[in-house]
Amino acid sequence: MSELTLTVMRLGFLAVLWLFVIVAVQVIRSDLFGVRVTQRGARREAARPAERAGRQAAAPQQQGRQAAAGGRRGRNTPTKLVVTEGTLTGTTVALQGQTITLGRAHDSTIVLDDDYASSRHARIYPDRDGQWIVEDLGSTNGTFMNRNRLTTPVPIPLGASIRIGKTVIELRK
Amino acid sequence: MSSSTHQTSTIGAVGAPSRRNTELALLVFAVVIPVFAYINVGLAIDGSIPAGLATYGLSLGAMAALGHLAVRKLAPYADPLLLPLATLLNGLGLVAIWRLDQSERLQARPNFVEAAPNQLLYSGLGIVLFAVVMFLLKDHRVLQRYTYISMLVALVLLLLPLVPGLGVNLFGAKIWIRVAGFTIQPAEFAKIVIAVFFAGYLMVKRDALALASRRFLGLYLPRGRDLGPILVVWAVSILILVFETDLGTSLLFFGMFVIMLYVATERTSWIVFGLLMSAAGAVTVATFESHVQQRVQAWLDPMREWELSRQGVVGHTEQSQEALWAFGSGGTLGSGWGQGHSDLIGFAANSDFILATFAEEIGLTGVMAILLLYVLIVQRGIRTALAARDPFGKLLAVGLSGAFALQVFVVAGGVMGLIPLTGMTLPFVAAGGSAVIANWALIGVLLRISDTARRPAPAPAPNPDAEMTQVVRP
Repeated sequence: MSELTLTVMRLGFLAVLWLFVIVAVQVIRSDLFGVRVTQRGARREAARPAERAGRQAAAPQQQGRQAAAGGRRGRNTPTKLVVTEGTLTGTTVALQGQTITLGRAHDSTIVLDDDYASSRHARIYPDRDGQWIVEDLGSTNGTFMNRNRLTTPVPIPLGASIRIGKTVIELRK
Repeated sequence: MSSSTHQTSTIGAVGAPSRRNTELALLVFAVVIPVFAYINVGLAIDGSIPAGLATYGLSLGAMAALGHLAVRKLAPYADPLLLPLATLLNGLGLVAIWRLDQSERLQARPNFVEAAPNQLLYSGLGIVLFAVVMFLLKDHRVLQRYTYISMLVALVLLLLPLVPGLGVNLFGAKIWIRVAGFTIQPAEFAKIVIAVFFAGYLMVKRDALALASRRFLGLYLPRGRDLGPILVVWAVSILILVFETDLGTSLLFFGMFVIMLYVATERTSWIVFGLLMSAAGAVTVATFESHVQQRVQAWLDPMREWELSRQGVVGHTEQSQEALWAFGSGGTLGSGWGQGHSDLIGFAANSDFILATFAEEIGLTGVMAILLLYVLIVQRGIRTALAARDPFGKLLAVGLSGAFALQVFVVAGGVMGLIPLTGMTLPFVAAGGSAVIANWALIGVLLRISDTARRPAPAPAPNPDAEMTQVVRP
């Protein structure tokens, strides 16, 4: 084999190997810089004043996407559940029309590692109109929304804090 | 970023796509690269395309296909990178082992056996085990039930090599057992099992370990009785070091426990304690254990060891120095596949010292890429831990990827002369059946956790009220 061919192959191999590494890093780029979350946020931010002005056609794009993603959804419905206090702080769960259970039981959607939480503590589910409801499942220490203990299933306003033991969650757009 | 609603980082998978097609594309890439290297070795050594190309390429392709189909079917939302990364490393390892098989110097050695066919077989078995793990383990949280059983199993696996008649002493370390003609390294499997125990145990006990402490000199000092678990693990790893004379296994288990303890409690003091304890243990054992002393000697002054070994003095090794020469002669771009002389290392060239072959033939540039592949595997593991929604899954993923990282560090550091050489193998790359099979199982468990973490919650059951209420239209 000629020297030239081998040199080309040697350099070619290194190039291909590094290309793989770079492609792999590209694949996880979304982890490093976030998954277009900021863009979406910015667009919604832009849409907000328009909504206040009461114009129906303010954000048709956004509405279309939401409808495609989660079925029946109004404009003011939350899209994610965010844990704001407790050991799971920062965790988000997308709200896609599914029931979310919270508790210490390890088949819960959000497993709370908290001695003050019951194993099946509360659940959050959408009613027929797409309004999200929180219901206490007979927990020992209770579920609180804005410092009021829940006795019946209650709709969750955007940004209201729901406290379960040491964990606080919020619904956000 | 400017929006105040996005202060918290998005850890959960908000409508994550499954990304299986990305994985497939990367897998094709990960099969093509080793095949390219394989052809390159053949052209460099014989001047012709090697005869085994079809077998090798098809086997690797079949392995990748099996792995991909298993993930597609059993863990559709799992991480897209882990499988291609592991496949690429495994493929490159096979090429390096096969390349060393072609060496006339090694063939001239007594009891030379071709290692590549066996390694290919074990890699295949590894992929099968990978699929089986994902098939049997529908949800990683069931492992939590077996916390203490895992501890027992891990201890038994670790102690097996000490059982007379079963354990064999090969090359100065008693970490192998011989069953029906096969030598198995049970510690490789124990690694996964003990991670399950540590995760289950720490999840329950972490509050006691984190909260009950006094602050002293900026460190949280734990209460005396809370030191119990770390002391027990430390004692076990010292026992491994003394009776099995294996620094690597010992370091791996203790290090993994310290990593998981730190992650579970968020207390830096555990790392300080861990480092102090492992240093104290290693120094104490090194004062009376000749095998360990020999390794330390070879680390401090490899050149002298090389000369003494050349003069025929028993108990010295020339390999550490030879590995360093391999690194040196590789330089920045390497000599090219099949054109190096790392086969001069002789014994263990294709297992403990395989990184030297890479260093010589693909140079610093290539070794950096290989190390980055490991970094990416570890990063995906830690990322999986972040995304997991249950504490057990978080700890298990951290433990497994921590063990993986530690193992790469211990082997690469040993071969490069940063730390004394230990008897561990480079995951996926080095020749060794148990290691490659166990590491595929490890990747299987990580993929399962990742799938559970990224999977969108199941669709809601249809609401019976909504079904009944029909709107009557005229």
